[in-house]
Amino acid sequence: MTPDFQELATVANELRGDVLRMLQLAGSGHPGGSLGMTDVFTTLWFGGHLKVDPQNPTWEDRDRFVLSNGHICPILYAILARQGYFPREDLWTLRKLGSPLQGHPDFHFTKGVDCCTGSLGNGLSVALGMAMGARAQGKNFRVYAGTSDGESQEGQVWEMASAAAHHKVDNLTLLMDRNGIQIDGFTKDVMDQGDLGAKYKSFGWHVQEVDGHDMMAIHQALDEAKKASGKPQLIVCNTVLGKGVSFMENEPGWHGVTPDEEQLKKALDELGLD
Amino acid sequence: MTVTQTSGDVATREAYGKTLAALGGERQDIIVLDADLSGSTKTADFKKLYPDRFFNMGVSECNMIGTASGLASTGLTVFASSFSMFAVGKAFEQVRQEVALPVANVKICGTHAGITVGEDGASHQTLEDIAIMRVLPNMRVFVPADARETEQVIRAVAASPGPAYVRLSRMKTPQFLPEGYTFEIGKINTLREGTDITIAASGTTVMHALAAADALADKGFSARILNVCSIKPLDTETLIKAAQETGAIVTVEEHQRAGGMGSAVAEVVSEHAACPVRRLGMNDRFGESGSGGQLMDHFGLTAPAITGAALELLGHAS
Repeated sequence: MTPDFQELATVANELRGDVLRMLQLAGSGHPGGSLGMTDVFTTLWFGGHLKVDPQNPTWEDRDRFVLSNGHICPILYAILARQGYFPREDLWTLRKLGSPLQGHPDFHFTKGVDCCTGSLGNGLSVALGMAMGARAQGKNFRVYAGTSDGESQEGQVWEMASAAAHHKVDNLTLLMDRNGIQIDGFTKDVMDQGDLGAKYKSFGWHVQEVDGHDMMAIHQALDEAKKASGKPQLIVCNTVLGKGVSFMENEPGWHGVTPDEEQLKKALDELGLD
Repeated sequence: MTVTQTSGDVATREAYGKTLAALGGERQDIIVLDADLSGSTKTADFKKLYPDRFFNMGVSECNMIGTASGLASTGLTVFASSFSMFAVGKAFEQVRQEVALPVANVKICGTHAGITVGEDGASHQTLEDIAIMRVLPNMRVFVPADARETEQVIRAVAASPGPAYVRLSRMKTPQFLPEGYTFEIGKINTLREGTDITIAASGTTVMHALAAADALADKGFSARILNVCSIKPLDTETLIKAAQETGAIVTVEEHQRAGGMGSAVAEVVSEHAACPVRRLGMNDRFGESGSGGQLMDHFGLTAPAITGAALELLGHAS
């Protein structure tokens, strides 16, 4: 089924607005990667790739999604709200005491979250375990996991990569936010890991690389990933940090700092939202 | 009850392996993970019978723990093993983030714990595992004293959903708990009644505590012996009663004095029924190579040291 990409683009635009609004209200959080991965995750959720049921968040045969780079949860929360897992109003309570939306994903608080994440490197192992759990029980749900170039600096990621390939876990698909930026600057300056796709390929993974803002390409890559048999899959998504907001794009400073009211207004204007 | 062996020497890790293999036949939902140490941890017993439900995760303990959590989230009961040092030491953060925080149905059974791992030396002698596991919310901590108790502990954690850490030993030890002995999560078993002093021990030190009780009896003192297998949840009622009724407590464990079972006992007693608590354990130093039994003696964790500490306390108490 081919999605209406124009419609998806509209959805992505509105989700960007939600991300920016919720972060401005929260006063802390991570806009850069959240905006960067909006197009990829919009395609995943609204392009028909995830077998999930918002009315039944713990349905045991659902596809799982693990946001291992959990700090970009604003985009996840915006999507889950739009999908109907919880009321839209909850978005405006992000990070506040008593909020169902925690600073990093926590399923004790938030319906639709499959894994407690936040500490880089951990979520991918859990995703691997979920995928293995499906196979061990003869179930056919898939596991998708968000990761990032920065997260790849955690050694555990490579433990997971070895194990996933060794155990031929082919119902596991990783979507990597590759924006070339981390907290302290550009990845090439802080810890240059070269060609991450090639590294995963050498570990025995099926690897694709796409423009992280080309929804058609993302959609095709997701379809292609489902065909890989015997190998776990990685889709390297080349993204622009802060995509959609001119003053945030490609600026390391916007990895983890939130817009003030004036900046929010400027950003929403650029997106054509109010 | 005196220290009479009910059967030949068996290491608690061996009892673990056998029990796990038996459970594997009774339940289809049990999955076992190991990190390249299945021959030593004895998860190989399960692997031999149920290879489809065993996954070797290689020398990657952090990934193993996360994977265990993911498997458990799909409705499985997961046992994950390595040496304690690596299972909960190296992978502490993953245990916290992906087992304790999400309340995952993962039982971490760490073997070769304590000083009795012996010849491998300090790098392998986990002396801080009880401390770091018991401070994690949702984590339960068990230290079985012999093969009989190990079987019961493993069966109990398998039947009780949620996180658990079970501390197991490399060294063969006598089986001394009697037939009819029952382990219960959250309960301390009083192995011997006594009125003059209490000795609380865990795991490999329990039989030494019993021997110390005999030595104390020879000197006319009646020592109450507590087997603290369930360190978390901790049976505060039995501890408070012991403090109130005997007036002094000696604890002994193959663990640092700081933060282990002794500290847990002292915390309870100081809040509810303050009396002197003398903690025996590793005195803020790392271990070293030697045979397990020798090291226990060398570091003052066996009957002579326990008896001596008790007598000192009795001297002060009277």
